[in-house]
Amino acid sequence: MGVTDAVVAEDLNKSFGQTHALRGVSLRVPAGTVCGLLGPNGAGKTTAVRIVTTLLRADSGSARVNGYDVVREAPLVRRSLGLAGQAATVDGLLSGRVNLVMIGKLYHLSTKVAKARADELLERFSLTDAADRIAKTYSGGMRRRLDLAASLVAAPPVLVLDEPTTGLDPHARAETWDVIDDLVRGGTTLLLTTQYLEEADQLADQIVVVDHGTVVADGTPAQLKDEVGGRRLEVSVTKPDDLEPVRAVLARHGEVNVDTDAMRLSIDAREGARLVGTVAAALEAESLEVDDIGLHRPSLDEVFLRLTGSPTITTDERESA
Amino acid sequence: MTAAVLTRGDLALPPAPSGILSRLRWATRDSLVVAGRSIRQIRNVPERLSDVTVQPIMFVLLFAEVFGTAIVVPGGGSYHEYLLPGIIAQSTVFGCFGAAIGMATDRHEGFVDRLRSLPIARGSVLTGRMTAEVALASFGLLVNIVVGLIVGWRIHRGPWHTILAFAILLAFVIAMTWIGTLIGLLVRSQEAVPGILFPILFPITFLANTFVPIGGLPDWLKVIAEWNPVSAVVAATRGQFGNPNPGIGSWPLQHALALSFGWAALITVVCATLSLLRWRNISIG
Repeated sequence: MGVTDAVVAEDLNKSFGQTHALRGVSLRVPAGTVCGLLGPNGAGKTTAVRIVTTLLRADSGSARVNGYDVVREAPLVRRSLGLAGQAATVDGLLSGRVNLVMIGKLYHLSTKVAKARADELLERFSLTDAADRIAKTYSGGMRRRLDLAASLVAAPPVLVLDEPTTGLDPHARAETWDVIDDLVRGGTTLLLTTQYLEEADQLADQIVVVDHGTVVADGTPAQLKDEVGGRRLEVSVTKPDDLEPVRAVLARHGEVNVDTDAMRLSIDAREGARLVGTVAAALEAESLEVDDIGLHRPSLDEVFLRLTGSPTITTDERESA
Repeated sequence: MTAAVLTRGDLALPPAPSGILSRLRWATRDSLVVAGRSIRQIRNVPERLSDVTVQPIMFVLLFAEVFGTAIVVPGGGSYHEYLLPGIIAQSTVFGCFGAAIGMATDRHEGFVDRLRSLPIARGSVLTGRMTAEVALASFGLLVNIVVGLIVGWRIHRGPWHTILAFAILLAFVIAMTWIGTLIGLLVRSQEAVPGILFPILFPITFLANTFVPIGGLPDWLKVIAEWNPVSAVVAATRGQFGNPNPGIGSWPLQHALALSFGWAALITVVCATLSLLRWRNISIG
């Protein structure tokens, strides 16, 4: 393996008593990219994160961060990564500033540098005004920003965020996303767990979907969408009588799926936009009027549902399965 | 307020320690930072001090004024003088609540994991917490002494005996803090701590010579009370302070001084070993 992979996990297995939390999870995060570990509650995301961040030892398998083995070279791994989220929090009874200075000292930065770094991070995360209040009094969004700041004290090359926005309101979530975006643009490698497809779609270059302790899919958001059904060309008609003639036109380009109730027809459209033109021209030539014609990519929600058999928390698509 | 702009170079971590001495220096610094954090917590939330300040004051006043009116110390002497070493030992025992709840809270709220994700010396979380808890309990000890002096308790022997008495108490504080630490590492949540500790600590402090002389107990209870570590500590400190110390005819109470150090050492070794094992197991899961 090259140094270009900032995080590598190979065949991780972990059981707690009778519960198999992880069953052969592997993943690879190239340096400078964002990997979203996506899965429902209890899928094994946090267990994987705890193993990669040296907090927990796997029963078998191995993991490396920045080239260092998480078991044999744990101290070097800890120097290379920042962790935030459910697994690691700040001290609620200390002020934001004191928390950050303390963490700086524990990285063995000099007191002067630790203080300057704390000030810098407080400003960057818009916490300067609240810096001397105890963290317990912070709002959910502020607390998450402080958690993030805490993980960045030593400017680590690798950042691991465990469900950074779970429980936040949409506004605070959007704020957190902005902060994460900034970091990633700065070249930080990010491993992120989430239950929200939207979050993975928004932030990740590569998504690893886990369910019941195994990886059920792996790829870019676009690849995942293509893999599960791919893009389809959809045509909607206004009159039921038009369904049959339109179907006949579409049938020249592939197997037609007809939804009579919705008066919608669709065909596989891997070749993409060009097909739209071809079909539109053909329909025009036959003087068939359609309500709408366009390419449809399944939402990640549909992908997720198809992969894990369970809907995500943000959607309720049980009927459409 | 504009912070000085830091470069990546400023944030470059110093090389990890290699020799034994520099490792020790790092571990000491890590422990002190962790200990300083507990002390700072108290500055922010002074209510946390109540179990080593308000409670002992309350106990001194309640026991001295309520029991004191009815209890005659065998062999003579004032009940206040008799009571104070008992109260001090009691608050020392109950000091392990703070250690247990603190450790359990830090574990379950993810702060321990934050510390464990940092490149700090292994074990400095334990030693740092221990340092802070012992400092805290020692402060509680001082509060007890001052309250005692106010209500009329006196030290009657020389400075060396007083120092010896404090040495006994400090050893016992360390032992009790290790018990608390171990419990904190074992429980599922901090809410479980009182349910586990109360049924243990309550009999231990009361089935002893803490508040009343044990001469009148039925034989089997008396044997238990005589061998109770709390009795050893109370009898030994009473002896060193020169306070009334009735009913020390039995072997364990005649050797209270040696036994109190012995108990403290035994509890410390057992609980510290189990805590360290548990600490290691937490990462193995």
